[in-house]
Amino acid sequence: MSPTTSRGRLRPDLLEIAALIEPGTRVLDLGCGEGELMAHLESARGVTARGIEVKPERVVDCVAQGLAVCQGNIDDGLQDYEDGSFDYVVLSLILHLVSRPGLVVQEMLRVGRRGIVSIPNFGYWRIRLGLLARGRVPRAGCFKDPWYTTPTGHVMALNDFRDFCGESGIRIEQERFVASGGPVSRALAWALPNTFAQLGIYVVSRSPAGR
Amino acid sequence: MSGDEPQMQHVIGRPELPPWEQADSVGIVETKSFTFAEPPNELPLDSGARLGPITLAYETYGELDERKRNAVLLCHALSGDAHVAGYQSPSDRKPGWWDGMVGPGKAFDTRRYFVVCPNCIGGCRGSTGPSSVNPATGRRYGRDFPVVTMADMVRAQKALIDHLGIETLLTVVGGSLGGMQVLEWAINYPDRIWTAIPIATTPRLTAQGIAFNVVGRQAILDDPNYRDGDYYEGELPTRGLAIARMLGHITYLSDESMRQKFGRQLRDKNDYSYEFDVDFEVESYLKHQGQSFVERFDANSYLYITRAMDYFDLAGKHGSLDAAFRGVRARFLVIAFSSDWLYPPYQSKEIVSALRANCAHFSYYEIPSNYGHDAFLLERARISRVISDFLALNYARALDEERH
Repeated sequence: MSPTTSRGRLRPDLLEIAALIEPGTRVLDLGCGEGELMAHLESARGVTARGIEVKPERVVDCVAQGLAVCQGNIDDGLQDYEDGSFDYVVLSLILHLVSRPGLVVQEMLRVGRRGIVSIPNFGYWRIRLGLLARGRVPRAGCFKDPWYTTPTGHVMALNDFRDFCGESGIRIEQERFVASGGPVSRALAWALPNTFAQLGIYVVSRSPAGR
Repeated sequence: MSGDEPQMQHVIGRPELPPWEQADSVGIVETKSFTFAEPPNELPLDSGARLGPITLAYETYGELDERKRNAVLLCHALSGDAHVAGYQSPSDRKPGWWDGMVGPGKAFDTRRYFVVCPNCIGGCRGSTGPSSVNPATGRRYGRDFPVVTMADMVRAQKALIDHLGIETLLTVVGGSLGGMQVLEWAINYPDRIWTAIPIATTPRLTAQGIAFNVVGRQAILDDPNYRDGDYYEGELPTRGLAIARMLGHITYLSDESMRQKFGRQLRDKNDYSYEFDVDFEVESYLKHQGQSFVERFDANSYLYITRAMDYFDLAGKHGSLDAAFRGVRARFLVIAFSSDWLYPPYQSKEIVSALRANCAHFSYYEIPSNYGHDAFLLERARISRVISDFLALNYARALDEERH
């Protein structure tokens, strides 16, 4: 899935994320890109949004919309951010691109009371089928670009993420699934997300036992 | 920082017209002056001394709008002055030091904004400084001039802003020394500014920053012509000042930009002289920078302004940097340059960190550039774009909102 979208229309997964965020809260968007989600949250949901973005030109795009964005690399951690200083910390299609995903998630849940993570699903049936049938990494679902032009560092299926959460004492509070196509694909994605969803969105927090 | 850097020439619209008649030039400008703090109402300084009367040389471009919401205060760097844009006369060889940024259609669009730039106190370009005549004695101040701080410079600027009838500045912007003044404004007069744009600056001078100043000052103090600062009637300490400037210039460039600009190129020769003449391009460049600087800058001003920089330490003054920024209300656009080793990006990040701790609204933009500290004068396209967008949005906001 392309990280950008045509202006004016919010990417479907970002709309799903926005719907999970309570109005009037403080949100930190890690890897906020051109600030589509932040702008939407500020104008439509009265949210106080802050962002971190690694690419200088995208920081400029954000400034042009009046957004508060700090140029920086989330792989360096969030040392300057105080514990619990945000209601939500968002990682939208970024987790698979960072070099130390586990650390980034821990940092996210230190700084935010809740995290919202969206991840591309490598368990998507067309990917499985393509790998099985052709013996090559297929280009399907969220993985449309060839391996040598993408910065993708990690591949994981939705169930891999669930396992990680379970092992790391992270509670999944809510989940949403995105699948392109009609109502049938959406129903299938809901019933068997690890097979039929192209991406998953998770609202996570530290489980009380994990503290 | 280097007022005599080659200007990036903007596109000349109509070649038949002289540069000051081009559509994007502010044209022929004049430096004005404002005098205040007449005794017995002298300006109290951080040192405990008092200074008055004070004259500020300043230039303005554009018109103040009806509600006085479009004023931009521009703070110059160490060797800069009030002459930011345009030409002072048709015989001027070069326009003001930030001409590429100020004018119709430029980042500080003079069709929309009212731009003010005063020369700082302690300077030598029209504002009261050590080379000014002390009215109490009829002689130049020299070393009798009180040591001023960054906050003192800003106090004087505020008197000018009051005088111009501006309640709230749309923005205060400046690079390097000017950026330090931007921070003082945001902290000391939080209700008087809507936004702040500190560029290539630092919240406190580090040991390295002080060290460069120390060597520059020592070169001046050790010049036999310096004579305890009382040199105005005789030979000037030009050698010391030129060396100070040469050192300064090295800190404004970067390893990469020097390699690109000069490499090991020889100057008008094919072989080494096996003497100590000027052999290398970089040697010639620095010598030229030093020599041209002494024609327009006062050695005492160099001492006073660099001292003000040495003393600049917001964390020290307020207990911590977080505490320093506690009352800020302005929206910030903090800009740093990747190859700046005089005030490296990590120092801008300290500002950002303190802003974050105070839940301020800020953006931090680190421009990838090889130009070192001088990038703030040279990366015009990138700075222009982000500043013009930032200003346009915040001008609209300033017109919309009433501040409580």
